[in-house]
Amino acid sequence: MSDQIDWIALAVFLFFFLLVTVIGFFAARWKSGPVSEHLDEWGLGGRQFGTWITWFLVGGDFYTAYTVIAVPALVYAVGAYGFFALPYTIIVYPFVFAVMPLLWKVAHANGHVTAADVVHGTYNSRSLELAVAITGLIATMPYIALQLIGMGVVIKAIGLTGELPIVAAFVVLALYTYSSGLRAPALIAFVKDIMIYIVVLVAVVVVPSKLGGYGAVFAAANDAFAAKGGATGLILKPAQMLPYATLALGSALAAFMYPHTLTGIFASKSADTIRKNAILLPAYTLLLGLIALLGYMAYAAHLNVASNNDVVPTLFKVLFPSWFAGFAFSAIAIGALVPAAVMSIGAANLFTRNVWKSYIDPNISHAGEASVAKITSLAVKVGALAFTIFLPTQYALDLQLLGGLWILQTFPALVFGLFTRWFRAEGLLLGWAVGIVWGSWTAWGNGLKPLASIDLGGTSYVFYVGLGALILNIVVAAVATVVVGLLSPRRAAVPS
Amino acid sequence: MWVLLLLPFVGLLWVPFYNFQEPALLGFPFFYWYQLAWVPISSLLIWLVYRRRTPDETP
Repeated sequence: MSDQIDWIALAVFLFFFLLVTVIGFFAARWKSGPVSEHLDEWGLGGRQFGTWITWFLVGGDFYTAYTVIAVPALVYAVGAYGFFALPYTIIVYPFVFAVMPLLWKVAHANGHVTAADVVHGTYNSRSLELAVAITGLIATMPYIALQLIGMGVVIKAIGLTGELPIVAAFVVLALYTYSSGLRAPALIAFVKDIMIYIVVLVAVVVVPSKLGGYGAVFAAANDAFAAKGGATGLILKPAQMLPYATLALGSALAAFMYPHTLTGIFASKSADTIRKNAILLPAYTLLLGLIALLGYMAYAAHLNVASNNDVVPTLFKVLFPSWFAGFAFSAIAIGALVPAAVMSIGAANLFTRNVWKSYIDPNISHAGEASVAKITSLAVKVGALAFTIFLPTQYALDLQLLGGLWILQTFPALVFGLFTRWFRAEGLLLGWAVGIVWGSWTAWGNGLKPLASIDLGGTSYVFYVGLGALILNIVVAAVATVVVGLLSPRRAAVPS
Repeated sequence: MWVLLLLPFVGLLWVPFYNFQEPALLGFPFFYWYQLAWVPISSLLIWLVYRRRTPDETP
């Protein structure tokens, strides 16, 4: 890839970046409420988003820019195994349909803003609330850093070098998130998602027609994997099947435990908004499946890339005119802004409600909450920016992977309480701790690969470590609940 | 009706059921078009459950 600046692509890129900046600042007045007077306004957009806004917002922050870069990169590198993102983002929706409306009802009835609020409301346990809040904060930071890395990849493809462009983009993002809150990414998501849909639909029609059709694309990838050998190929090796299925299931259960996805849920107008979205959001999954195929198209186009992450930008530069490549890069970069904004808002809500309000200033006013959250969102973004500039990229990738495993351990505390009050806070807290420690330890011991293995009857089974940790978490929580029940039959009073 | 929501889990998590190249469809090996086909099927199943459920009581 040449390092010269592609002026046409850059001009298109700047145009769209300015457009969303204007939209971002204008958003404060959209469906307007007193943005600075209440956290519900700044942090949840007034809890009024209907079906379509929620569709764009959740679609925009669940299917992130990094996904558009990383999924084809993984598919390019290993083939079928990289496709686990597809079953993952299908089975997540029956789960969303069954569980998230119940969570919304609890949050709506009690004015909860975060997952940790819900947990505190259910179990009246400050320690469990803090555990859920800290997990959410720590899991979100590397995720924001990844969005920056995704944006950096396309900025580099345009020919801009150095850290300055990405710092500038992030400062602008930080400012309009500060002033408009969740309304900014919700409004920008419309632009971003429409752009991404155009890019992908054009790519999946035009690229194969230039390369000789999908048959030729798959054949080229098949030949490349046959030459490459190892655990690659158009279908899974027998030993990859269990990791594939458990990664899909574990990721699906973790997906809506993150602060940014839950923010989209809590900002919905009604439980029915969420149910309709469980039916409509799979449209993005179809898109993701097609995006993943860009990894194979790279073989048919005989690309040579220095890093797997360059597959998508290089493909667009080689096969499309500059203006369309610029359009595609803008879509991906704006695609990074939406999730980065929602993630920083979700993290800011957690810090404000479950750390600041719980431990520092319990009598904080609604306006005070909003201003703490606004400042926290700035701090979170500066932290993520420093992370990407001063630490190796690999750290962000490793931490994001561990973050998925950690956030999954908040599942029992958040979800079980919607169906049963049997579990005790002490049990859930112990299960959470054991899940996190065992999972991190195992992943660390495997060189940060997200897989663990177990020997049963002489056969070794390899599976996603996060799912293993979740099962261990649940078993420990259940046993500890029984033990605590024997020791102290009276529960802490739960305010009704 | 709620049991319909379990079908995508069964269909997608039992990998040996679809880990094949043949039969291909429009150039897509079975592994790929089978999983892509589950996207509209899952939407349809969720919609069926949605239609049959008792509506929320109006607050």
